[in-house]
Amino acid sequence: MEQTFFFVFAAIALAAGVLLVAFRNPVYSALSLVAAFFALAGLFVLLNAYFLAAVQIIVYAGAIMVLFLFVIMLLNLGHAGALERVAGKYRRVAVVLLAAVLVAQLGFMAGRHWADTPVSDEAPLFTDNINAIGKLLYTRYLFPFEVVSVILLVALIGVMVMVKRDRESGESRSRQAR
Amino acid sequence: MDYAIESVVKIVVVFGGMLGAVAYLVLAERKISAYIQNRLGPNRVGPWGLLQPLADGLKFLFKEDVIPRHVNRFVYLAAPPAILVPALMGFAIVPFGDTMTLWGREVRLQIADINVGILYLLALASLGVYGVVLGGWASNNKYALLGGLRASAQMISYELALGLSLIGVLMAAGTLQLDEIVRQQSERTLFGFLPGWNVFTQPLGFVLFTAAAFAESNRLPFDLPESEQELVAGYHAEYSSMKFAMFFMAEYAHMITASAVIATLFFGGWHMPWLVDPGSTSMGASLLKVLAFLVKTGFFMFLFLWVRWTLPRFRYDQVMWLGWKVLLPLALLNVFLTGLYLTLAS
Repeated sequence: MEQTFFFVFAAIALAAGVLLVAFRNPVYSALSLVAAFFALAGLFVLLNAYFLAAVQIIVYAGAIMVLFLFVIMLLNLGHAGALERVAGKYRRVAVVLLAAVLVAQLGFMAGRHWADTPVSDEAPLFTDNINAIGKLLYTRYLFPFEVVSVILLVALIGVMVMVKRDRESGESRSRQAR
Repeated sequence: MDYAIESVVKIVVVFGGMLGAVAYLVLAERKISAYIQNRLGPNRVGPWGLLQPLADGLKFLFKEDVIPRHVNRFVYLAAPPAILVPALMGFAIVPFGDTMTLWGREVRLQIADINVGILYLLALASLGVYGVVLGGWASNNKYALLGGLRASAQMISYELALGLSLIGVLMAAGTLQLDEIVRQQSERTLFGFLPGWNVFTQPLGFVLFTAAAFAESNRLPFDLPESEQELVAGYHAEYSSMKFAMFFMAEYAHMITASAVIATLFFGGWHMPWLVDPGSTSMGASLLKVLAFLVKTGFFMFLFLWVRWTLPRFRYDQVMWLGWKVLLPLALLNVFLTGLYLTLAS
């Protein structure tokens, strides 16, 4: 039963990943990515990682991808070939970078597999793992956790400052014109 | 095997009940709006118009199903199910009663008691926006696109308040499971006479959650995405027949789920204070608990209708102002106050 579900979700994730790259229309690509996120959430559920599955849906499918779609629609990129115009000149750089990432990931996985190192020596926690995650986040991983939140806060404030500055200079320009 | 059969039966019952409730909530909306506006409302089909939902359903089914030629066909067809499915899935974790002994089996009156309960609800709430955005974009129509963009901005803004307003309840309860939250509320009393409902310990959280739930289900005063006067009908302007009906049903399903969740998290769910002993599992007590849940949920569904026909619509900048500058800071304040209390009390 579990294995069947695993293969179903894995197949969906793979197919969605391929489609994401293959589609010429950015809206379709974004939707394929959403499908891949759902399949990943399904895989997390099969691993009893309910918290990760829920967060995956809330954060990636529910917030980030909606913003992606929002931008695609607002900038009217929702037709085939629109990305070409925007990303055309960076394509070579992107290919090299992403290929490097892919090779690194494959090498890491292969090394893990052949060296036969155990993933973790602790027994899996099937019930009540949300409490465990919360406790770990606020004790052992408190420092990285706080660093991440500070980074997010900096990004937030940065966006505010940049938006505000653009608007103010635009306003002063229009005032001068008057 | 028994467990699987039990689950399937519960799913069928809840799903059927949900669809029936959607149909009759539409009738209730029409009746209540009629009384508020000093009219009679639908009264031709069946006694007091009670068979009206049947007539509505038949009408939707037999209307011509127009797919305009300028739409993006695949996304256009995918949008209505994309909004209806998450709307109907939310109810799966709401406990609509305590346990009930049926044919010698203890049956939990809840489809799934998963340990991420509230997060599951928030996840589904955040998915509701897809149908709106995709429908608005695929219709290839300015009004629809504007409606879709407004909806995504609004839902993203209010999702934050929706999630944060529940943090207080979570901190006090120490669990995400709805069943456990109801049980805790039923087992305590406040000041010796009040039932231990979270609305008395988290009044601010309750108000914020209710406001955010109104915004998330796109109901007046937050129905900017479809405001008739400016956007014709917003994101579903190009939809007809059953596809339009699916958008419509999704809105009412959202209302039902939101009402049930408010009743569960803040008003003790199936807990009937003073009259029914929470620990009792006799048949009568079980039925009364289900009745208590239905009455509380029904009241909040009525509240949704009442507010719609009482308040005017916000302006768009007012919606954003309310979401980001009022609800969000108040929700953070609620988290802070709850944390402070819990720290001092322990």
